[in-house]
Amino acid sequence: MEVIDHLFYTKEHEWVSIDDGVATVGITEYAQDAMGDITFIELPNVDMEVEQFEQLASVESVKAANDVYSPLSGKVIEVNSELVDCPELLNKSCYELGWIAKVKIASEEETSKLMGAEEYRTYLESLE
Amino acid sequence: MPLKQTPIYDDHLRLQAKMVPFGGWDMPVQYESIIAEYGAVRQDVAVFDICHMGEFILEGDAGAIGLDRIVTQSLSDLPVQSCRYGAMLNEKGGVIDDLIVFRLRPERWMLVVNGATIEKDKDHILKHLKTPGCFEDISDRTGKLDVQGPRSREFLKPLLAGIEKLSYYTFDEFSLLGERVTVSRTGYTGELGYEIYCPSDKVVGFWKKLLDLGAQPAGLGARDVLRIEMGYSLYGHELDDGRSPLEAGLNPFICWEKDFIGKSALLKEKEAGVKLKIICFVSDSRRSPREGQDLFDANGLCIGKVSSGTFSPALSRGIGLAFVKRGSVGAGDRVSFGQDQIRTPAQVVSRPIYKSGSLKS
Repeated sequence: MEVIDHLFYTKEHEWVSIDDGVATVGITEYAQDAMGDITFIELPNVDMEVEQFEQLASVESVKAANDVYSPLSGKVIEVNSELVDCPELLNKSCYELGWIAKVKIASEEETSKLMGAEEYRTYLESLE
Repeated sequence: MPLKQTPIYDDHLRLQAKMVPFGGWDMPVQYESIIAEYGAVRQDVAVFDICHMGEFILEGDAGAIGLDRIVTQSLSDLPVQSCRYGAMLNEKGGVIDDLIVFRLRPERWMLVVNGATIEKDKDHILKHLKTPGCFEDISDRTGKLDVQGPRSREFLKPLLAGIEKLSYYTFDEFSLLGERVTVSRTGYTGELGYEIYCPSDKVVGFWKKLLDLGAQPAGLGARDVLRIEMGYSLYGHELDDGRSPLEAGLNPFICWEKDFIGKSALLKEKEAGVKLKIICFVSDSRRSPREGQDLFDANGLCIGKVSSGTFSPALSRGIGLAFVKRGSVGAGDRVSFGQDQIRTPAQVVSRPIYKSGSLKS
């Protein structure tokens, strides 16, 4: 399972990258593989305030529906509307074209509750 | 109880299939992608491991041994080398199982039943047979492969000489790589297709040969999408011991001219008025309905419950089957599905949902 070095991760298999106070959020390779073919995503509204580890989006695969939680608190400033018609981007390019939302964060302190790449890799091994 | 494995289990692992429990069996739900496997069935040719299903052999005159009373479909007019879909009911009219009866010879029958219900079916049949000695459960020594898709006939021609002669819901014996097998032109996908019954110790070799020749292995995930697009019932979802076959739309598979177990209950139900009916519906969006969700009419009134739901790759929409109050809605009517406050608009459609299948081509 591909894990990208410079990202932060959650136990629910979301990834987040932080650039100049803006967090870009998506789901990991593990998550998309476990869900299988993704067929639908409900994106958050822009300007929505979200708390860390609360629901940000929901995705459906052929098999089931899953919630996506926000790795950090903040305000949604942009969503990836490409995913509405092409939810399969979440399968094909979960770390790049399949990003879900950008969240303006108040502080980076909450990253202490997230995993780094090494820790996430170890976590994935523990799930096997 | 540990999950049962089909003879092809090791090859599923080799293919890195995702395995899931299904009716007591450890079965492949997908190999690489449900949608890709679905696409192979709709456009090309695919093969399913269906060894978990049960097969029973019965010898004798259907009336004399009691078989005719056990199943709802008409047997007396079923030609040899033809098969017919129907159900076994309990005295209350609930569905013990749905099944296909094959007439092997004038007085020799094969019943093909669901894998999860083999023991229950066997108990029921043995209880009601007049001559129990005429029954044999051959499930363990019988393998079953379903080859489905518009290219299946051309694909199988070099392997099964004469396969092109089989018409819909007929079967015959063929030679496959030197082994005698029974092949029926049946399936659960809405596409042209065949089901191969063979000795269980030969099934892995056949499976590998079909894959080598280019058939796509397909799992139960694709199978479920295909059958929901066709509006076919799945036991445990649209059918169960407490469900009337009249509600589930099995009326065309019931022979009213004969006596069968459960008939008096169904006649009473008809007289009182059948309460529910099954409908097919298509979501306005890509959001899929899920089993157990409520279905609402255009006024927001709850009229029933979703029994199966999935995403239709053919329509790029969510689709579902639901049991609703008879008379509440019909094809073309607006409905919505969901739970709590979140409701997704949808439309009732006629069955099947997917109308371009190669089933009878």
